Amino acid sequence: MPEEKAQGAGREAQGKEEGARDKGVGKDGGENPVPLSASPLEPSSLAPCALRPAPCRIGVFICHCGSNIGGIVDVPAVVEYASRLKDVVHAERNLYTCADDGLTAIKTAISKHGLNRVLVASCTPRTHAPLFRRTCEAAGLNQYLFEFVNLREHCSWVHMREPARATEKAKALVKMGVARARLLERQEEPVLDIEPAAMVLGGGVAGLSAALSIANQGFPVHLVEREPELGGMAARLHRISPTYRNAREVVGPVAEAVSAHPDIRLHMPATMTDLSGYIGNFEVTLSTGEKFRVGSIVVATGADELRPDGLYGWGQLKNVVTQMELERLMAAGPFTRPKSVVMIQCAGSRGQKVSYCSKRCCFTAIKNAILLKEESPDTEVHILHNEIHVYGVAFEKEYRRAQELGVRFSRYSPEKPSVSEQNGRLNVNFYDEGLRRERDLPADLVVLSTPLVARPEAEELSKMLKVPLGQDRFFFEAHVKLRPVDFATDGIFICGTAKGPTNIGECVEQALGAASRAAIPLAKGRVRVEAITSRVNTDTCRGCGRCESECDYHAISLVPVNDAFGNRLVARVNEGLCKGCGKCSSICCNRSISLRHFTTPQIMAMVEAALEEG
Amino acid sequence: MSTEEVKPKGPGAAVAEGRVLVIGGGVAGIQASLDLADAGAQVYLVEKSPSIGGWMAFLDKTFPTNDCSICILAPKMADCFGHPNINVLTSSKVIGVKGEAGKFTVTILRKSRFIDEEKCTGCLECVEKCPTKVPNEFEFGLGIRKAIYIPFMQAVPRVVSIDREHCIKLTKDKCGVCEKTCKRGAVDYEMKDQEAEIKVQAIIVAIGFEPWDPTTSREYGYGRYPNVYTAIEFERIINASGPTGGHIQRRSDGQRPRKIAYIQCVGSRNPAVGHPYCCSVCCMHSTKEAMLAREHHDDMESTIFYKDMRTFGKGFNEYMERAKRDYGVRYVNSDATVEENKDNHNPIVVYDVAGKSEREEFDMVVLANTLIPRASSQELAQVLGIPLTEFSFFKSKDRILHPTDTSRDGIFLAGYCAGPADIPECVAQGSAAASRAMDIITHHSAKGAHAAKETHATKEASA
Repeated sequence: MPEEKAQGAGREAQGKEEGARDKGVGKDGGENPVPLSASPLEPSSLAPCALRPAPCRIGVFICHCGSNIGGIVDVPAVVEYASRLKDVVHAERNLYTCADDGLTAIKTAISKHGLNRVLVASCTPRTHAPLFRRTCEAAGLNQYLFEFVNLREHCSWVHMREPARATEKAKALVKMGVARARLLERQEEPVLDIEPAAMVLGGGVAGLSAALSIANQGFPVHLVEREPELGGMAARLHRISPTYRNAREVVGPVAEAVSAHPDIRLHMPATMTDLSGYIGNFEVTLSTGEKFRVGSIVVATGADELRPDGLYGWGQLKNVVTQMELERLMAAGPFTRPKSVVMIQCAGSRGQKVSYCSKRCCFTAIKNAILLKEESPDTEVHILHNEIHVYGVAFEKEYRRAQELGVRFSRYSPEKPSVSEQNGRLNVNFYDEGLRRERDLPADLVVLSTPLVARPEAEELSKMLKVPLGQDRFFFEAHVKLRPVDFATDGIFICGTAKGPTNIGECVEQALGAASRAAIPLAKGRVRVEAITSRVNTDTCRGCGRCESECDYHAISLVPVNDAFGNRLVARVNEGLCKGCGKCSSICCNRSISLRHFTTPQIMAMVEAALEEG
Repeated sequence: MSTEEVKPKGPGAAVAEGRVLVIGGGVAGIQASLDLADAGAQVYLVEKSPSIGGWMAFLDKTFPTNDCSICILAPKMADCFGHPNINVLTSSKVIGVKGEAGKFTVTILRKSRFIDEEKCTGCLECVEKCPTKVPNEFEFGLGIRKAIYIPFMQAVPRVVSIDREHCIKLTKDKCGVCEKTCKRGAVDYEMKDQEAEIKVQAIIVAIGFEPWDPTTSREYGYGRYPNVYTAIEFERIINASGPTGGHIQRRSDGQRPRKIAYIQCVGSRNPAVGHPYCCSVCCMHSTKEAMLAREHHDDMESTIFYKDMRTFGKGFNEYMERAKRDYGVRYVNSDATVEENKDNHNPIVVYDVAGKSEREEFDMVVLANTLIPRASSQELAQVLGIPLTEFSFFKSKDRILHPTDTSRDGIFLAGYCAGPADIPECVAQGSAAASRAMDIITHHSAKGAHAAKETHATKEASA
């Protein structure tokens, strides 16, 4: 579980026997010198069996998986082979090691043979490692002293036509597993306290919804809004598609509910100026000087409407406005209805100033066209488009309604239309794809459907949060398909138009989704976290900074130390942010970083076993 | 990865008392279940088919990243099934709901698999030995399965089921091979359907969609012309774990096509067949399928016939531009119908360009048939006492501010069953519905705690 990966402070507090571990995981940003680890060569990893008081006693369990493995690999032969390997004191085979009798066999063997390492050779760790690890723990064996070998996906399934060679490969895989098992060390999973509060950045409709949802789940929320009032872009709209309700009437009650909520603290106008820490323990500083701690963060900072400078005469010709400007005109009350209105879709988007589709401009134009038509049926409204993107049920319905009300739609292509002034009236020239000819449309008002663009301050915020922006400078989620409201960094979540253009309903869905995700660590209060993280040997670290720049999770930073080697910089791993991917240990120029549970000696032992004869 | 959770403290402690029913084991239901369970609530996930995973488990790849669909979904399926707080009830359906938010009593019908789920390890030896072959509905009839089967290779749970309609032991009391084969004694021909009653505080509905059957729209020739496919069939034949092992083959002669036409809006944006709406995903999945076909074979020519190419999502427009530029996909803005060259079963697409009718012969046609609410929506809506929209989607209380709420307190919606949505939106909605359910849990446990305190106070007062 990614959100369980925070550790550090909890580990320090624990003060376990793991003396060799670095302690420099303070949340202070690095003032304290890094304590030196006892030895650069990790003697315990080099020859654990030799140095440990108890000798290695490895138990090997080989699974037939019905006929999946047993039908191809000669399992008894592999068991016989394994039993002869050094330090293996027990080897057996099971029809299904994962079934109750198989698990019981593991537990029995641990106590009967005094096993201190267990190796299961069966199917995939993806589905079965947790089960076997739990079984070891239940029998009193630290779960990190368990080794998994995949004889199904990695052997029998891919070599089903060569049973003899598959058997040889199975032996080799088991031998490699035993070689690594000898070097396994027990690891502890520290328990970490989580600050049961959240921060929401942005007081638009997404931020408001997220804040309300988290607060309603019983957790205090700090809501930070840069403007002096709540509501964001939605509050500046006239009416909201597809329900045509007044935007202020929709957003107002939500803003009021947030303001009145006893568990939501408003910081407004304010921005975040500094952030340190990691999931469970973020330390926030605001522009107001306020400081507080939160366990998780929701980013809902919204987007801007593109300023169409230099496009279609906007800013130069009178009566060329954006959709947002039209909304404000309409919201301000009755204005002289123009006789003829031309709306230009994709004004600035899909290849002009930005490459993407802004998703909301089509239904926004249709909404405003319908409003103009309903209030003033004689007004001619013409929408020039390059495909109408009204997805789903409601927007498509409005598209039809607009056509029924007499709004005209023409497809321009391939060039965008151009706007000029002729005899005091606006003229829109374009190539009509349907009629296959160039056309001129006179207009009293030209409305540009401009895209949403990322806010310029997103750049700085992304650096502070250590989360990425995409190519369009919108925030980039952890996974486009399956983690739409997560960041790769644990404890920070994203929703609304800060992630990319969308409609208000979807902003709220994402906000509630982000609220759900952000509340999970808060609801847990404490989590047991995984032990597989990187550690730096500060004696040999040269402070080159390569690991710092390569770490995808910003978990490594260079910190100054003053020790026997003088005043220098060394790498420090923030274990709360470390995901245990191992990239740093593989690129370190002099092997000063190792990954717990996947140390270089462990991997090399496997390689050597694979290359060894017999 | 540690699956053992530490007992929560603080406000989270109340959550452990929470119980939520999630109906539908597709990606939306899985996400809702995982969020709730990770927060500490107990979840019952009810899925009517023998495996969780939903439609996403059948797709080849997903737009706009071309990630392998099952490869990204399978870990979530495994996490969901293995989660200590999630009780996955497959081959099951909800048949009764009583009570109100905070105290629903739900009746669940568990259809018998004739297999002891605890004993079956999914080794599939019984499947190998089973003599009865049946058209595989999980491959849309493109492949065969046995009467004892798992729906697809990555099924979760990996437990076989016996098809009661085709198994000759169950229908004619012959055979019995699977029982003899199973070394774990998991087969039980006497196993009965069971009803179970559970108590939950909130319910999440995430039953998804079904593809519309284009047979009745004769202009596309589906069902009459062998080389006309639906999009989901095409997803299966380009999928390495599909019925053809990932080889694109024609139904008529097993030959591989070189020229494929994709026809958009089949049954959607079409009031005449009752679906005036846009299903929101077909433009993108056809673009993806055309790209994947080209990835399979360099000489593949793909043409997409469309009304509007709706590339409205994040990275979608760029994806289409890439299809045009790097994959040579041709886009033709026209309605299209299908005829057939009787000599070679090549479909002929009839379309308009500049008011002129054109005919073009292809090797294969793939229909982007629309996705519609499940036929079972009506029945479930009645059981739950919640309304449907005019097109039989589950109706939101308010599309803007309460998109996942229904008119009945404590019952929430997620995924396509509430209206067209792509995968990330379904996932976000799954999480959103989970947060709404958490709200109910928190509210009711607070009320419960308050009530308990009051009772205590009353007792003290009377004593």
